[in-house]
Amino acid sequence: MSDNILVLGVGNVLLADEGAGVRAVEQLQHRYAFPRQVELIDGGTMGLDLLGYLDGKTHLFIVDAICSTQPPGSVVIEKLLDPPAYFRQKISPHQIGLSELLAVAAMQDCLPPSITLFGIVPRDLSTGIEMSPEVNVAVGQVVLAVVKELGLMGVEVGAASR
Amino acid sequence: MAKRIVVDPITRIEGHLRIDCEIDNGRVTKAWSSGQMWRGIELILQGRDPRDAWVFTQRICGVCTTVHAVASVRAVENALNLEVPLNAQYIRNMIISAHGIFDHIVHFYHLSALDWVDIVSALKGSPKGASALGQQLSPWPRNGEQEIKAVQEKLKGFVGSGQLGVFAGGYWGHPAMKLSPEVNLLAATHYFQALEYQRQINKVVAILGSKTPHIQNLAVGGVANPINPDSQSTLTIERLYHIKTLIDEIGDFIRNVYMVDVAAIGAFYSDWTQYGAGVTNYLSVPDLPLDTKGTAFALPGGYIGDGNVGSFKAITSFNDEGFKQGVKEGVKHSWYKGDWDRHPWEEETVPQHTEFQDNGKYSWVKSPTFNGKPAQVGPLANVLCMYAAGHGPTKLYTDGLLQKVSALAKTKVGISALHSTIGRHAARAVRCAVLHDSLLGQWQALMDNIGKGDYATFNQPVFPKGEQRGVGFHEAPRGVLSHWVVIQDGKIKNYQCVVPSTWNAGPRNSKDTPGPYEASLVGNPVADPEKPLEVLRTVHSFDPCLACAIHLLDPKSREIVTVRTTV
Repeated sequence: MSDNILVLGVGNVLLADEGAGVRAVEQLQHRYAFPRQVELIDGGTMGLDLLGYLDGKTHLFIVDAICSTQPPGSVVIEKLLDPPAYFRQKISPHQIGLSELLAVAAMQDCLPPSITLFGIVPRDLSTGIEMSPEVNVAVGQVVLAVVKELGLMGVEVGAASR
Repeated sequence: MAKRIVVDPITRIEGHLRIDCEIDNGRVTKAWSSGQMWRGIELILQGRDPRDAWVFTQRICGVCTTVHAVASVRAVENALNLEVPLNAQYIRNMIISAHGIFDHIVHFYHLSALDWVDIVSALKGSPKGASALGQQLSPWPRNGEQEIKAVQEKLKGFVGSGQLGVFAGGYWGHPAMKLSPEVNLLAATHYFQALEYQRQINKVVAILGSKTPHIQNLAVGGVANPINPDSQSTLTIERLYHIKTLIDEIGDFIRNVYMVDVAAIGAFYSDWTQYGAGVTNYLSVPDLPLDTKGTAFALPGGYIGDGNVGSFKAITSFNDEGFKQGVKEGVKHSWYKGDWDRHPWEEETVPQHTEFQDNGKYSWVKSPTFNGKPAQVGPLANVLCMYAAGHGPTKLYTDGLLQKVSALAKTKVGISALHSTIGRHAARAVRCAVLHDSLLGQWQALMDNIGKGDYATFNQPVFPKGEQRGVGFHEAPRGVLSHWVVIQDGKIKNYQCVVPSTWNAGPRNSKDTPGPYEASLVGNPVADPEKPLEVLRTVHSFDPCLACAIHLLDPKSREIVTVRTTV
């Protein structure tokens, strides 16, 4: 079976750097052409609405702003070898966001076996649609990193036709 | 001595909704509801093209994207007196109905059922007993022992591995959890089934809204779905029949599972009909317009004062002057400059943050009022207003649900029981069933209209020089949503969103009258102030949605719900 990859950008584009994940997906869609096995989704700040998009996926790339002690604009790429570790935090059972989405997917046996986080450390989370300069640069780096990762998996990514 | 507890945050996302309660002798005596984050999204819209506003407003909230898109295009259309083609109304109405069904099912099963259902207790339930109970309650074919047993095994797997996943952090074993292990097990089984059905109904939104999580088919003046019965790339008859199949599949789940579970939980927890009424002025708006001007609607709306259903006054059109003039927002207790009550068109948004002042400013949420009074919004307000208006399906489902509860509780439960924490859940289930009927009705109306040869879906907006003012309202899953726009020479001059959770979660108003959350908490029992499950029950019954903005992934484990107790 060939790989089926979901590139899921999440975040709120009205809160400056919080929307970095969504901006990265927009840039990917704008600059490249992907084969059918790659699906790109702007997930915004949705949770359970996204469950259906995980069906049949072998790989999930999550692009999101992350909390980190590293300086703003840093890019953190890591395979989530034990995704449930993310769910172990004591969270309210009443609100559903990304970590709950993945937990529910695990319960429903539709969690993609391979999950990679492309994290961007934000600087500015205030209201506004412009990202800070360093996060802008980081988004560009993540776009290239996603394309490179797909290339390593043997997925051919072309330039967008204009 | 009174104890004070702080539940911060009530919603998942840290720092968005904070509830402070004073507790004396095991009861809440005073409560404060505080929105902890300032959005000011409206400022982003100033100076922009009104035709683009919905694309931005759709991002205000992570859970209810669609509703802000709908309210926004309606506001601009209202300002321009722009009519919307019938097909576009029907398509929007179908999206609205399907989205509402999705939202209500997810709210009940996945966001609030676990306030009442003890997952850990479900492990001890007998699948045979749970199955027998299920079959006694409803003809649902998926209450079989085997399916229930499989769910229990799955749950055991989570607990055995120490990974409760979404079930982590619940108040399992709390003294206020009263259901038997079998009832808990049956409810847990439906929790899993609901995950499947919410997915089904969400597909309807995706197909009509252009196949992405955020709908893309709206436009000021209509929708961007070209209708051509013969073309492959547009909304075809084949696609419309596929949608019909999806709609049909979910109907049984709503009537034979969701409604039944709510009735059963209501009967087992009948003491909760005594708590949580709070503000009993109810505001809702009519929705699902059936003409191009927005003067006839499939679902009625209006205002009920002081819980007196007989006092119902209908809101009858998108141009209803009573609604336009009645809405104001105040900032006496909110972190904005000044102390005023203003109409949304006249508001300004100048933040002024202070510490949390019990008697002063303590919230980023403003206090909306309708004709000078706080009002509760949401499915309960909507159902009571539709009931008062004599809406057939609403009467049918409400009476049916109350009869079921009465039979299970072995006592007559009337409509007055709905003014309560558990009543809000019952009303939401009724509204879900009503929306399902409406969805079928709108589907048929669209098919009939296309059958007449009408394929129009869009009227071009024209922006005259000068100033226009408009309001777009929408009865969203959480209640009345209104967007208020002032347009100057084709650009947005002012924009305000008065959202359902503002109505319900607002702080005390300029007359120091508490908002609906605050009022509903007073008198609630609290068995253990360290584990204020009862406070969560009442707040969650409103379907709180201040978790509107931030979505930051924290790779480090941390506690998200903190309960601080101070004496």
